[in-house]
Amino acid sequence: MSGVLVTTTINGDAVQFACPEEETLLDALRDRVGLLGVKEGCGTGDCGACSITLDGRLVCSCLVLAAEAEGREIGTVEGLVEGGKLHPLQESFISHAALQCGICTPGFLVAAKSLLDRNPDPTETEIRYALAGNLCRCTGYDKIVRAVQNAAKEMRTAKSA
Amino acid sequence: MKHDNSYTGQDFKVIGTRVKRPDGIDKVTGRARYGADASLPGQLVGRVLRSPHAHARIKAIDISKAEALPGVKAVVTADDMPVPEGLSGDLKHTLENSMARGRALYDGHAVAAVAAIDAKTARKALQLIEVDYEPLPHVTDVDAAMQPDAPVIHDWLYTSGVDPKPEKPSNVAQRTEFGLGDIDAGFAEADVVIERSYKTEATHQGYIEPHACLANIRPDGSGELWVTTQGPFVYRNVCAQLLGMDIAKLKVTSSEIGGGFGGKTHVWAEPVALALSRKANRPVKLVMTREEVFRASGPTSSTSMDIKLGATRDGKLVAARAEMRYGNGAFPGIWGMLSCMTSFACYEIANCKAIGYDVVQNRPKVAAYRAPSAPMAAFGVESAMDELAAAIGMDPVEFRLKNASKEGGQSHYGPVWGPIGIRATLEAVRDHPHMKAPLGPNQGRGMACGFWFNIGGQTCSDLNVGIDGTVTLTVGTVDVGGSRASLGLIAAEELGIPYEQVQVNIADTGSLGHNDMTEGSRGTFSSGMAAIFAARNTIEVLRERAAKMWGIPVEDVIWEAGQAKAKGSEHSNLPPLSLKDIAAKSPKTGGPIAGHNEVVADGAGVSFASHICDIEVDPETGATKVLRYTVVQDAGKAIHPDYVEGQFQGGAAQGIGWALNEEYIYGEDGRLQNPGFLDYRMPVCSDLPFIDTKILEIPNPGHPYGVRGVGETSIVPPLAAIGNALSNAVGVRMHHVPMSPPRILKALREDRRANRGPAKVA
Repeated sequence: MSGVLVTTTINGDAVQFACPEEETLLDALRDRVGLLGVKEGCGTGDCGACSITLDGRLVCSCLVLAAEAEGREIGTVEGLVEGGKLHPLQESFISHAALQCGICTPGFLVAAKSLLDRNPDPTETEIRYALAGNLCRCTGYDKIVRAVQNAAKEMRTAKSA
Repeated sequence: MKHDNSYTGQDFKVIGTRVKRPDGIDKVTGRARYGADASLPGQLVGRVLRSPHAHARIKAIDISKAEALPGVKAVVTADDMPVPEGLSGDLKHTLENSMARGRALYDGHAVAAVAAIDAKTARKALQLIEVDYEPLPHVTDVDAAMQPDAPVIHDWLYTSGVDPKPEKPSNVAQRTEFGLGDIDAGFAEADVVIERSYKTEATHQGYIEPHACLANIRPDGSGELWVTTQGPFVYRNVCAQLLGMDIAKLKVTSSEIGGGFGGKTHVWAEPVALALSRKANRPVKLVMTREEVFRASGPTSSTSMDIKLGATRDGKLVAARAEMRYGNGAFPGIWGMLSCMTSFACYEIANCKAIGYDVVQNRPKVAAYRAPSAPMAAFGVESAMDELAAAIGMDPVEFRLKNASKEGGQSHYGPVWGPIGIRATLEAVRDHPHMKAPLGPNQGRGMACGFWFNIGGQTCSDLNVGIDGTVTLTVGTVDVGGSRASLGLIAAEELGIPYEQVQVNIADTGSLGHNDMTEGSRGTFSSGMAAIFAARNTIEVLRERAAKMWGIPVEDVIWEAGQAKAKGSEHSNLPPLSLKDIAAKSPKTGGPIAGHNEVVADGAGVSFASHICDIEVDPETGATKVLRYTVVQDAGKAIHPDYVEGQFQGGAAQGIGWALNEEYIYGEDGRLQNPGFLDYRMPVCSDLPFIDTKILEIPNPGHPYGVRGVGETSIVPPLAAIGNALSNAVGVRMHHVPMSPPRILKALREDRRANRGPAKVA
């Protein structure tokens, strides 16, 4: 049996884990690091439930080998809470009822944060295309888009205040 | 204590407010635990070997090499899952569906399973299992399966519902018929008759969370199952019976559920996980891959229908006939029957007949999907309704309004209608600004109606008051989309306390009496009813305790606005006691304060919806874009409007996907060709517009708050609404769902050829 030792930064913390060479980052994050907020919906990069950021770039962790995370920075839904406070996107998803079953929610939040990091004032169309890699089967996306619009507005207001 | 479920028309304090759901924080922080998120010491990884054949005899299975692989702890086949004595009917089919017995009946049918120390070893072990298949003739198309020369899938299946009983087995499991009057006389009365045939392809519920469970059978035969399910109590009953266990010895805990839509009302690989755990004597976690979810769980029926409608020139619908052939997959179900019962519910038709056929085919066993069977029937009926309206020159909304079912009328499937919302939804559609908005080239507007029964069923809940006066409501219906918030509102309303004072807990099977599934839009309806009654029982206890604290007769104590009050001038010196005051003293006034209720929640109110949609067709590609969408539906009473709207929007989006893209595609070899989200294309965010909603509230007389189920009806109208919009946009009438780009292009080409007419001869 062979494997690799991966040294990485996850949500700002230094983390080490060992895994087989062929293991996906999704499986490693869930089974070895214990970050169960990263969800598997398909394993083929089609649903976005396993969305994370890798060096700030939005990726499906099911399409990345764990070994590729060596020396890189990973962001997951577990890292959105800062100083015990929910991220405005998290608050907005709750207050706008943007989740029903909630299984896709971690992926949507990571994807939405990635969008707002790049574009603090997106149009509805920009939001829809930025989130097109994430499948939600419950909501029809209506309240998700509204929640992102609301969070973006609040974040802009907070920044200019 | 017996409670009255009648609607009372009371004024509400917190019902109808948009409070935050209590499970929200866990779900936005990644802490909520779903089916695949549990673990136990020493757990193994379970994986399933599935048939690559649509239909094959299993001559032999050699598991010796797999068993010999280091790290493999158990290999099971049907031999390890014997049919318990007395098991019959649907349960026997469920067992055979979870593990093939002698024959693989569809591509993806489980034939063996392994439990190993890790996923890699488990996968390797599957490759070492040798199955000797003898391929058999197969049939996947529903019409082909009904032909006399079709391969007969089950030699024990004789069509029921026909007289005399057939002499030979066939793939037609049952024929059902519902209706009213005399259709021959009705059609004779009609000035215009529209007769069309329709087909719809199978779809999948498409929940984002694959089936997942953690099974743990102990050496003494007791066990537990953590599982993503719409109904832990039903899963417990079914799994225990399939495995030959005592029901009380299996504890089932429902995880958070990552979508179900009916697909998680049926047991799939859970009995296999339990059998693996029993054989390995270790916990086994079994998570389906997405491909397995598509190949081996929950599709809808594929259907084929003939619809005939007749009306008089003045717009009266006088006759209707529907013959609907519904695929059931490998085992018989009730899907064609449900299509009959829903087909004509929206309209008052003196002479109508709906005939349904349930047909087995070499496909996965069909499962419920949100208002199961209704969307396809509505596609046929509502498409024909539009054609009929056009043929007699009436506006399609006015035509529907003129014929809409009404209170006191006789439905075609049995009940006499109570207060119902079909007319109100149509009037709201007629008056909606959406109907008057301008349209551009290649754009069209369509509308359609839908119906679903809704159900009640067995329900049980507990309400416990903590010594600080906070309240725990424990229910046995799984929260599929915000029902904890709705049920918390109900308990708060009934007790007269703030919503924040109530915590809602979903019970495992060891903590509460039996509850039926969260299905049939019954979750908030029935658990809401049980919560109201449990709260009323609690109030009785609170009054008794207050009486004791005051030393006065309980008859002199009333409960009002969250407080016990002593009535009568002789008690005017007694200040009210709050829930908190009474709770604090409870250890000395009789112990814990609790209320319980078990009920068969009768009185479910039927649900009607009418939808409007605008679409644009790209004539070059045949692709259809939904530009605007409006849902109007009767909710009875919207307990939490956000989550009612969410149900309307989600159902509409699923219907849009069904209408335009989603379909199971089978090859000549009978194998599913698109078992993944890339090729089975569900709507994504950029495919859809905002989905506007209008909640109507026509109280259901069978619920204290007037609640109707709201979860399902919204998936019923979209197929026809989009078909009607397409017809209005580009002048082609689609008879085959999904109305995917290739089908639309083909229809456009044929339309152009037909309109060009024969070439002129010089």
